Amino acid sequence: MFTIVKREEMSQGTVILNEIEAPLIARKAKPGQFVILKANEDGERIPLTMADTNPEKGTITIIYMVVGKSTALFRDLKVGEGYQDVIGPLGKPTHLEKVGKVVCVGGGTGVAVLHPITRGLKEVGNHVTCIIGARNKGLLILEEQMKAASHELKVCTDDGSYGHHGFVTEVLREVLKAGDIKLAVAIGPVPMMKAVSAITKEFNVETLVSLNPIMVDGTGMCGGCRVTVGGETKFACVDGPEFDGHKVDYDELILRLRAYQEDERSSHNHYCNLRDAK
Amino acid sequence: MSESDGKKGQSSRVAMPEQDPKIRARNFLEVPTGYTVKMAQEEASRCLQCKKPGCVEGCPVGVDIPGFIDLIAHGDFTGAIRNLWKKNALPAVCGRVCPQESQCEGKCIVGKKGQPVAIGNLERFCADYEREHGQGELPPKAGPTGKRVAVVGSGPSGLTVAGDLIVKGHDVTIFEAFHKPGGVLVYGIPEFRLPKAIVAQEVNFLERLGVKIECNAVVGRTVSLDELFEQGYDAIYVGVGAGLPKFMNIPGENLVGILSANEYLTRANLMKAYKYPEVDTPIPRGKNVVVLGAGNVAMDSARTAMRLGAETVKIVYRRSREEMPARHAEIHHAEEEGIELCLLTNPTRYLGDANGRLTGMECLRMELGEPDSSGRRRPVAVKGSEFEIACDLCIVAVGSGANPLLTSETPDMKLNKWGNVVADERNGKTSKKAVWAGGDIVTGAATVILAMGAGRAAANSMHDYLTLGW
Ligand SMILES: Cc1cc2nc3c(=O)[nH]c(=O)nc-3n(C[C@H](O)[C@H](O)[C@H](O)COP(=O)(O)OP(=O)(O)OC[C@H]3O[C@@H](n4cnc5c(N)ncnc54)[C@H](O)[C@@H]3O)c2cc1C
Ligand SMILES: Cc1cc2nc3c(=O)[nH]c(=O)nc-3n(C[C@H](O)[C@H](O)[C@H](O)COP(=O)(O)OP(=O)(O)OC[C@H]3O[C@@H](n4cnc5c(N)ncnc54)[C@H](O)[C@@H]3O)c2cc1C
Ligand code: SF4
Ligand code: SF4
Ligand code: FES
Repeated sequence: MFTIVKREEMSQGTVILNEIEAPLIARKAKPGQFVILKANEDGERIPLTMADTNPEKGTITIIYMVVGKSTALFRDLKVGEGYQDVIGPLGKPTHLEKVGKVVCVGGGTGVAVLHPITRGLKEVGNHVTCIIGARNKGLLILEEQMKAASHELKVCTDDGSYGHHGFVTEVLREVLKAGDIKLAVAIGPVPMMKAVSAITKEFNVETLVSLNPIMVDGTGMCGGCRVTVGGETKFACVDGPEFDGHKVDYDELILRLRAYQEDERSSHNHYCNLRDAK
Repeated sequence: MSESDGKKGQSSRVAMPEQDPKIRARNFLEVPTGYTVKMAQEEASRCLQCKKPGCVEGCPVGVDIPGFIDLIAHGDFTGAIRNLWKKNALPAVCGRVCPQESQCEGKCIVGKKGQPVAIGNLERFCADYEREHGQGELPPKAGPTGKRVAVVGSGPSGLTVAGDLIVKGHDVTIFEAFHKPGGVLVYGIPEFRLPKAIVAQEVNFLERLGVKIECNAVVGRTVSLDELFEQGYDAIYVGVGAGLPKFMNIPGENLVGILSANEYLTRANLMKAYKYPEVDTPIPRGKNVVVLGAGNVAMDSARTAMRLGAETVKIVYRRSREEMPARHAEIHHAEEEGIELCLLTNPTRYLGDANGRLTGMECLRMELGEPDSSGRRRPVAVKGSEFEIACDLCIVAVGSGANPLLTSETPDMKLNKWGNVVADERNGKTSKKAVWAGGDIVTGAATVILAMGAGRAAANSMHDYLTLGW
């Protein structure tokens, strides 16, 4: 078993942080890589990016949004309990290179995925501006950590309850207008990554996005995670999860993410009913 | 059952009882239910005990077929299984899944005039009998050699290496990427053809012998081959299988409702998605299902789809019945269960709706032309023969290649142009010192028995190396 040593609730309990004992993975993981977790014997294999790792302590940190049955089941795991299976590190690490000025854009739990990448980009000598957003102030995560990981942090909320009133894309446009940005990294809901890529394209700024298709094995053996990038089929778990944002077919990804929508709704209800009946 | 007329070799073969097709097409229980003692002895008595048995030549690992059959005929079932184990570590599996018609049974002399001796059924009988009645006695183990062996991949070839080397006194650890050991035997071949309890018992047998199994270890990611050497392993066997799904590369392939057989069968078998929502992993339940391909993988996919409640299941294959690579028994079972064969048919593109969901495919009719490089007549499209097949689920089972995950992280191990590991045919040695390889990663997708045979040859060579040197 992979024991949970620390647990935090964020974003009004809709986002959960787990620090988990996984020494082999902690030793090898690099920013941008993910793990697959399975809670118990009958559990689903769920991919989550490592938001942090501690090789000395032998732990990894994941931060996930509770969206369906499996993440609801994860939420019910307490400190001292754990996951039956954790597999990784999977995927290609982010290519961290000094290019000059960089902008990192995060939305929702994408901010958690963005955090180690932002920190890595700063560490190799880039000047990093960070833009993070959420629907409202209460849903914002990792503000302090992102401030520490970047040179400049800009915050937006859709409802104006905190920071800039509006979407990350508006602030991004201002940052790009100020000029000289060499690289953009965008991680968040697919529509956000799509919108960000459309804007950076206007400014001709190279853009990295991290894709989250449905996965099973995470090792390139099932092809369930296929995405179209530049007209070619790629397996996100081994060829990605990061890709050139200007080449990704986002509309296809959105449709593919809905493949099990009906099933998932019924399974989640089934689980909640069982749990509440106890 | 046969009407035995008492003359050896003349009577017809004792049929194995099976679940009724109508009933079994909707459940996941094993299809053939096994011989009784009486049936097994009757079938065993059909063997002529040839002096120069063709059947043994046909078996890739050279099982002493007349020997074990004679023991069955005389009621010594324990003796029979001991005899089988000498050449074959997994008789319960091979008896069920070997393509006997092109191997042992294909060369049986009795088969020249009538039906060959049911060698596979008898092999299965011995293993099942031992499982139900045996004492679970372990084979003797040589004293510890102090050498450590890492086996990467827990499919039939890795399991064979582990079993052979542990009894020779080496310290063996298996590293498996998935959360459960068994390779294709657990994630690919369905429960109705190979009950998972059988595989679990074989794995448990190895554990009782002292083999350690590390699941969730993706070699190449969690740990590399060189790191395993640094950790003190003296020799490594690579048996990672052919885990890279091939697709057709035709328009529309990423519509929702098109899955590789690897994904579909992994969901169904390893993740037990057929029990959804009792378990958490969903699986698409198609009403009208098309399976592309005609090998064992295609048959397993089609029969799984039927069991998940499909109204129609079609196998679409571009060649004719003669060229279908699946075991005869699987094709026969599939047809009995109501699966339709659309032969000489090749899909050209997938059709979808506004939500990106599969609604059908366009196909062309084919006819057979001149023989191609594989010696089979090449299918050629009939011009203007386009037609549509409506479907909401398509499973692509047109083969699998070498997964580059491990090999791309091991640059000093030589690969061929298809990405398979180059290994010495006789002993499994690779170009990397102290590393052996075998099974599907070397040969490309093949059979369980060949993977096991390669494992045995490699284990012998590894033992020589560990005791004598490279
Ligand atoms: C490489 C990778 C890294 C990821 N990293 C993180 C992370 O760090 N934090 C985080 O919160 N989430 C992350 N995700 C998304 C996470 O895996 C899904 O949210 C999770 O699988 C949902 O499981 P569920 O059973 O709770 O919900 P389900 O019941 O499976 O789904 C609920 C809803 O979410 C949608 N959905 C299903 N699968 C995914 C998916 N893979 N991505 C997005 N939506 C999905 C469904 O369409 C459905 O509407 C990552 C995904 C990938 C592929
Ligand atoms: C659906 C299906 C039906 C089949 N039916 C038959 C049949 O009826 N008869 C027959 O003879 N053959 C059949 N075959 C073929 C047969 O199963 C294979 O030839 C055989 O399993 C190959 O054995 P292997 O040990 O080489 O590899 P596999 O059985 O493929 O095992 C390889 C193992 O290695 C693991 N692995 C992969 N990469 C890594 C890594 N980087 N690190 C750690 N572990 C890793 C995999 O998860 C897997 O568990 C079938 C195959 C399939 C898919
Ligand atoms: S191992 Fe396979 S080929 Fe050999 S005798 Fe048994 S069933 Fe026949
Ligand atoms: S060839 Fe047939 S009859 Fe002869 S020994 Fe083998 S199984 Fe028996
Ligand atoms: S998750 Fe199976 S190939 Fe990527």
